[in-house]
Amino acid sequence: MSDMLPPLDPCTKIDIQSLLDGLADYRPRRHGWTWRKAVPAQKMYEFTYHETSELLKQSVPLPAAHYFDNIDPQPDCVVTTEIASGRPEDDIRRMRMAAWHGADHIMVIRTAGQSHIDGLLEGTPEGVGGIAVTRKQCRLTRRALDLIEDEVGRPINYHSYVSGVAGPEIAVMFAEEGVNGAHQDPQYNVLYRNINMYRSFVDAAVAKRVMARSGILQIDGAHNANATAVRAWKVMPELLVQHAINCAYSVAVGMPKEQIALSTVPPDAAPAPCMRMDMPYAIALRDLFGEYKMRAQQNTRYMEADSREATVSHVLNLVISRLTSADIQSTITPDEGRNVPWHYNNIAAVNTAKQSMVGMDGLREIVKIDRENPELKTRVRELKERAVLFLEAMIADGGYFAGVEDAYFVDSGEYPETNDDGIARSSDGGVAEGTIVPRADDYMAPVCDHFGDNHLPEGLEHPCDLIGGCTMCDDSKVPFTDELDPEDNVNARLAATAEMRVHGLIKPEVEWAGDGIVAVTMFLPVSDRIAEAAALELGRSMNLTDCEVINKQVMHPAEGTLIELKGRLDIAIDPKTLTIPEIPEVLTDEEIRDFVHERGLKAVAATVGQDEHSVGMREIIDIKHGGLEKWGLDVTYLGTSVPVEKVLDAAIEHAASIVLISTIITHGDMHRRNMEKLADLAAEKGVRDKLILIAGGTQVTDELACGWGMDAGFGRKTHGIDVASFVVKTMRERGM
Amino acid sequence: MVRPDTFHEVREHLAGLSDTELEARFWELSNDVVKPLIDLARTHTSPSIERSVLMRMGIDSRTCMAVVSECETRGYLGHGAGHVVYLCMQAWSCDAPAAAARLAAGEGWEIPAEKFGGAR
Repeated sequence: MSDMLPPLDPCTKIDIQSLLDGLADYRPRRHGWTWRKAVPAQKMYEFTYHETSELLKQSVPLPAAHYFDNIDPQPDCVVTTEIASGRPEDDIRRMRMAAWHGADHIMVIRTAGQSHIDGLLEGTPEGVGGIAVTRKQCRLTRRALDLIEDEVGRPINYHSYVSGVAGPEIAVMFAEEGVNGAHQDPQYNVLYRNINMYRSFVDAAVAKRVMARSGILQIDGAHNANATAVRAWKVMPELLVQHAINCAYSVAVGMPKEQIALSTVPPDAAPAPCMRMDMPYAIALRDLFGEYKMRAQQNTRYMEADSREATVSHVLNLVISRLTSADIQSTITPDEGRNVPWHYNNIAAVNTAKQSMVGMDGLREIVKIDRENPELKTRVRELKERAVLFLEAMIADGGYFAGVEDAYFVDSGEYPETNDDGIARSSDGGVAEGTIVPRADDYMAPVCDHFGDNHLPEGLEHPCDLIGGCTMCDDSKVPFTDELDPEDNVNARLAATAEMRVHGLIKPEVEWAGDGIVAVTMFLPVSDRIAEAAALELGRSMNLTDCEVINKQVMHPAEGTLIELKGRLDIAIDPKTLTIPEIPEVLTDEEIRDFVHERGLKAVAATVGQDEHSVGMREIIDIKHGGLEKWGLDVTYLGTSVPVEKVLDAAIEHAASIVLISTIITHGDMHRRNMEKLADLAAEKGVRDKLILIAGGTQVTDELACGWGMDAGFGRKTHGIDVASFVVKTMRERGM
Repeated sequence: MVRPDTFHEVREHLAGLSDTELEARFWELSNDVVKPLIDLARTHTSPSIERSVLMRMGIDSRTCMAVVSECETRGYLGHGAGHVVYLCMQAWSCDAPAAAARLAAGEGWEIPAEKFGGAR
């Protein structure tokens, strides 16, 4: 059943309550992964793109796009964002924002500890560092993403995790709920979650078979070796081995190769010469795994609290993606090195990927990797050989399980070098040890997509014919479980913030609705430790609570420190109390330029009276400030302290139709007298009808100026576009 | 074991392989590594696998947990929890969720016992 909810309105917030209503009856409208549709030689504005895909129906383009007719080209690869608020209702709002910036792979991080829970969780309990993955959470999210993908006009892949002790159950639930992609790699359980190795591999086979049936794209967990390694540049041969084990295992249980993606990350970061170190690895990987998909992850191993540094690392990673290949370009939020990712940093990361990928569009056609370069060639070959040596030795030592017991993996040496500091796991240890059971001669599972020996009666077309259908074949058999905890659930959390929504109160947030968190950036002219203490005190002076320094950077040991501080501001603003100035209507650049050119418009400008100020007037005139010259207006600037008579004479002499005077407000009423004098003189000389008279100044208002004979007055915060728009509109009205 | 980088000494047998042959060797070894793992998976099951079978039979997670847990206690996991439910479906002429609900409530365990033997 597709959804009966009305489409989203771009001007209205997504209504979580309506998504929760009737959730028990919601069913996903599709299963499996969706790739972007590439558009070869796509034309946008004045450009032709070589590596872009179909455009979005609605989106937020990059900040500079307004120079380029607001185009928002979308790269050819899927772009991932990782969301980890811990509350599904808040995740959804962030997904919508990310989708508008170009994310079409939403990876929701799950709560700490779920991988050790032997069974499914239900309902919507709050998680730590991610949500509790449950049927209700998946269904709610998928339902929201249906609306969001319709709003932006591109399918969005929802992704979660089939790892931990309950892998087979989670895989079945994901298949039933239309989850589109998932991490599944038994090695991850063994190495990083200390789940018993036999259990992990036995479970993984069933989980993978179920994922294969539902078209769920699989991503492996090899990138974790990079994130964990002592020296990440030493781990490359092992990464190749880990990818191969998961790929070979998946294929052996029946997963098609095109459904298998490698989670690959450039292992290093500057100040190492990381591009030269990581490129051979990227190439060796793509040589060996050419039949598989590449999910290019960004480096987290060397990520610190400085978001600028993280962004540069990520851009360097993106260069590798663009010069080699990426089917999915993952993104890491630039604040992941300091806290659980904040809303706007998901957007920052997505934009970093979009901006870089579009900026490098077609680059690989003219900048090619020199595969014959001796250093590169030798290193690519060496990495492959080292990986082969790793596999040979592991087999000689008794195979994978023996290899894990011998700490083959995540050793800080580059194989065959070892430092005896790898992760060792015992085959008779770990979580859920001793829980696998041999299948008896009459073992039977009367369901489809089951891996392994299964002694079904002969003559069945589908295994589930025996029971009248299974959930893999008959969607109507899928059950729904609602909340099990009366207090820890989405309804209780929404009730706690209901007042804010009902009254439309505004409170800053970074993670959850109404969390009140703000960040303050400050430079303090002292050494770092003093700066940190001072910043906390300043935060308290700003009425912030729970202050914490989230980044500090020494500018100079004595001269000062840059501090980024976060704190909680427990204040809500009622929008009804706000005075919001109306937006002046401005014309388009093209419209103004055409009008100015047709008429060859001229203006004279001056600061009048005993006034030496010229900055304001310059901003209105100069092309470099986006002033009137920008549209081709011929402006003669007469200077400062110019008598009004002289201004008018110059206007007549230059055949100008616009007179601009700048004035400060004086106690002696000089400003009023200057404006009135200009209007009177123009009338006396019979040119008032041919001129647009405009006065400006920091304290000038339109009302005052018009009252003293001007056509308009412009005050503080006026831009050239405001004046130009007024001139064009007024001249049109008057038929000038 | 700490071992210095012996790459140049131990790679000699690979030196003569073409790139294509080396890549083929990589995949041959990878398949060799996973073969015993696949055999283990083919011939074994686990509580999570059995719960995933019951889920596919349309049974909710709490009931899956109760039935599989009892199967474990009684030593029936190796026969398949789905098998247990199937036997009860036949005996009671009902669908899988109804049979599993009755099993979860403690009813009908004599039905699998008849086939698989008594409780452990």
